[in-house]
Amino acid sequence: MHTPENLFYSKEHEWVRVEGNKGYIGISDFAQHQLGDIVFVELPELDLEINLGESIGVIESVKAAATLFSPVPGTIIEVNEDLEEAPELLNQDPYHNWIAVLDLSDSSRLEGLMSAEAYNAYCQTLES
Amino acid sequence: MPKLIFEKNVPGSNSFSLPPGQIPNPAISKTIPAQFLRQEALNLPEISEVEAVRHFTELSTRAYGVDNGFYPLGSCTMKYNPKINEWAARLPGFAGIHPYQPEDTVQGALQLYYEMQEMLAEITGMDGFSLQPAAGAHGELAGVMIIKAYHQQRQDAKRTKIMVPDSAHGTNPASANVVGFEVIEVKSNQRGLVDLEDLRSKMTDEVAGLMLTNPNTLGLFEEDIQEIATIVHEAGGLLYYDGANLNGIMGVARPGDMGFDVIHVNLHKTFGTPHGGGGPGSGPVGVKAQLLDFLPKPITVKQGEEYRFNYDLPLSIGKVKNFYGNFGVIVKAYAYIKALGAEGLKEAGQHAVLNANYLRHQLRDDYHIPLDRLCKHEFIINSKKQAENGVTTLSIAKRLIDYGNHPPTIYFPLIVSEAMMIEPTETESKERLDEFVQTMRTIAREAAENPELVSQAPHKAVIKRVDEVTAARKPVVKWEAGVKI
Amino acid sequence: MRYTPNPSPVVDEMLQTLGLTSLEELFQDIKPELQLKEGLNLPAGLSEMELRRLLKNLAAQNLNTDDYPSFLGAGAYDHYLPAALEQLLLRSEFYTAYTPYQPEISQGILQSIFEYQTMICQLTGMDVANASLYDGGSALAEACNLACVNSKGKKKVVISDTVHPEYLEILKTYSLSGRLEVVVVPGRDGIADTTGMLAAIDHETAGAVMQQPNFYGLLEDAAPVEKAVHDQKALFIMAVEPISLALLKSPAEWGADLVVGEGQPLGSSLSFGGPYLGFMAARKNLMRKIPGRIVGQTSDLDGKRAYVLTLQAREQHIRRELAASNICSNEALCALAASMYLTFVGEQGLKEIATRCHHLARYAEQEFQKVGMELKYKQPYFCEFALKVKDPAAANRKLLANGIIGGYELDDALLLAFTEKRTKTEIDQLVAVLGGK
Repeated sequence: MHTPENLFYSKEHEWVRVEGNKGYIGISDFAQHQLGDIVFVELPELDLEINLGESIGVIESVKAAATLFSPVPGTIIEVNEDLEEAPELLNQDPYHNWIAVLDLSDSSRLEGLMSAEAYNAYCQTLES
Repeated sequence: MPKLIFEKNVPGSNSFSLPPGQIPNPAISKTIPAQFLRQEALNLPEISEVEAVRHFTELSTRAYGVDNGFYPLGSCTMKYNPKINEWAARLPGFAGIHPYQPEDTVQGALQLYYEMQEMLAEITGMDGFSLQPAAGAHGELAGVMIIKAYHQQRQDAKRTKIMVPDSAHGTNPASANVVGFEVIEVKSNQRGLVDLEDLRSKMTDEVAGLMLTNPNTLGLFEEDIQEIATIVHEAGGLLYYDGANLNGIMGVARPGDMGFDVIHVNLHKTFGTPHGGGGPGSGPVGVKAQLLDFLPKPITVKQGEEYRFNYDLPLSIGKVKNFYGNFGVIVKAYAYIKALGAEGLKEAGQHAVLNANYLRHQLRDDYHIPLDRLCKHEFIINSKKQAENGVTTLSIAKRLIDYGNHPPTIYFPLIVSEAMMIEPTETESKERLDEFVQTMRTIAREAAENPELVSQAPHKAVIKRVDEVTAARKPVVKWEAGVKI
Repeated sequence: MRYTPNPSPVVDEMLQTLGLTSLEELFQDIKPELQLKEGLNLPAGLSEMELRRLLKNLAAQNLNTDDYPSFLGAGAYDHYLPAALEQLLLRSEFYTAYTPYQPEISQGILQSIFEYQTMICQLTGMDVANASLYDGGSALAEACNLACVNSKGKKKVVISDTVHPEYLEILKTYSLSGRLEVVVVPGRDGIADTTGMLAAIDHETAGAVMQQPNFYGLLEDAAPVEKAVHDQKALFIMAVEPISLALLKSPAEWGADLVVGEGQPLGSSLSFGGPYLGFMAARKNLMRKIPGRIVGQTSDLDGKRAYVLTLQAREQHIRRELAASNICSNEALCALAASMYLTFVGEQGLKEIATRCHHLARYAEQEFQKVGMELKYKQPYFCEFALKVKDPAAANRKLLANGIIGGYELDDALLLAFTEKRTKTEIDQLVAVLGGK
């Protein structure tokens, strides 16, 4: 399992990458592996204000549907429209292919998220 | 590959005709204003009768029903569908009656409805039934609505949650959600039964009810059912019985005697009506006395020697379906119950359980059985032993197709990994069961000696495994002229 | 009759294999106090001959449309069923199969559903249809639920009371969920009050519904409501009658987002109200939200064309408590009957049937006029209309005494339906009985 060091992770297997005010959100390698072949990604609407832990979309595979919970609060300012035509991008490279970008201007709240190391340890408890 | 019906289109080849009308025949554009008339082409196919008959006959040869062979699809109760019942439902006196005919012109149908309500109440130990719901999930929907309406009527608005075991059919949590309840999942214990401690710890006065399948989806009887009922009732909740597995106790024990308040039964599972390739079914909903007023209307009543529909039920949740339920299906189930009678129903239940336990016993040397003890009408095995050679449950299921069987239900219940859920039903002979055992042993041997053979199955079906991923990523859900795929 | 094939020596042998001596021991996990002591209080089973007699006697107590001409419609129609259809539906590979979960062994059923979906799209002009729902009324309820889910929490659905009254009742029942609020706008002169509906449609509206033809058989102008509901970015839902679509403007032409209807006229017998066929079709953007099974075309490992249940992540067995619908079983065999029906009558045949129904109704109206009777509503209709009569119940009794099943009783009218099975002679007789002094 691949877990880049520069990201923050949630227990729901999302990652956040912070660039200035922007928070890029995606799903982890563990998540894409658990879901299997992803067939559809329902993206959030632009300008939607999201509280911590609120649903910002749904990811569907052939045999599963998973709600995407926002690991940080903020306003949706970009969505990755490539995923509409090619949801398999999330299987191919879950860390390069972000799902949405939130404006985190008021974000002191990356707390509760895990480092790569902590997330790896967390995933191991799930697999055992 | 057979062509689609649209690819057989020969304009002018269809010879359907109406008798002469003997009435004026003006152009439609003269009698219906243009704003209501269709401009867009229809594009329906035109095919001669003989070619159409061959088309559908060919499709039927590419389908597999109970009449083709063994169909151990767990939780689906694929028992034999008696042929006399098909004859009965097609009698003009049943098939040719309009739902709005005056009641005195349909007394036979109403008598059948009345008796059916009574017989289902006796078989399940409930006090009354409505035959309205069109399917099991529809009966569940009505049942959960009854639970909601009951609490509302008592002005107990805080009951916003429904409890569902983690082994439950997906319809249970979905039904609760659709009726506007929050779903709380109750864990199963190591014996595969409801974990009483978990149930107690999650039970509050916000719980409207618990939905339970008994025998559960592992094929195990919930031995603590009376205690479960007490926990739910003492907290002011109601106990819901998902009748999908009623066949496992039919004629031996009754949900009504176990403390269940609301129940649906699947006539297309327990009572021998055919599944139709996905429907129609019928899912009558039954209740205990204190809930009778909430049943979906109408209910059939008997007054003197006359039968009629009663719509005067002020607390009823209302109608869930047009007219009166799936009458044609109910005729078949009525015939089934009449044919078997009290003793026959009990024997059906007993033999269903005997067949399941016999199969479980015969398969245990070759397959892992996570909960290997007395089961009811079905049981779970998995592919743990075969996994050592990289053979999955899916592959075993597909290999069964090569040997002329329908596979069992796979990957359900969710709490057992790589599950195969096997329900033979009572209408299978020992010879059939032994053949299936031999086939399963052969597959186990193949999985050990030649795992590739199993992993690439089926080899003898009309197609190989299908690309489900592309089907869902780039859905093609209808035929279009000129579009080549 | 018993359908258990193992005689008692075989049962004993099987018990012995299990180390048991009686069938009762198979139930030792059920506490004795929960087991029936006396057995069920039901009569003894019947032989097949007795059963046949019993059922025949029950059926004989019902007047049926084979023997009596019927002018009842109101949502269930007495159309002719081609003999080939009746025969083919008895192929037990179809009717004794389960839902086609295993595509390799179910290509015939999957292909038949794919063809059905296509035909529903052809009739309605829509992009996608599901594999069927229970019936017209519950299909409308599912559509309204979908509109609410699609609008992310809006609850209001605006509908005219000229829609079938049972559909309205079913909507009311489904609104027990607290997620659907049905606003019923009273109609005027038998058709929807467009002004009233427009006034009710606002930014809280998730959808609006029109039925075509409406409950009274009349044609509705759907255009103003379509525009108003789309201005609010809500869904326009139509409930339609399938045979009429051979002539009438398709829901796609009206601008509908979501279409439902009662499919019974397409090959299902009257059968006292069921099993019938709820159909649902939608625009492409709703494809991943509509309830029920959907069959898709794909290929197998060898590249051969194949069919499979698809988009299953919408459904209850995967989404569980997040599923927007709990539907599982549908009416697959009725859907098969519908595609057989459309195949056996063909495009031309369907147009002729629809035209004949309309012409028979026109003929009846003219004949009623000749005896001084008139329609309750002066609006364009398809094949059904409300005829003014003083005492509808008495009129029906009189018809029945003359060997005719009459119409649906309204307050001061009989709703009469005309299918291609009716003849000039039967209509002349109907007019003579109702018009006679």
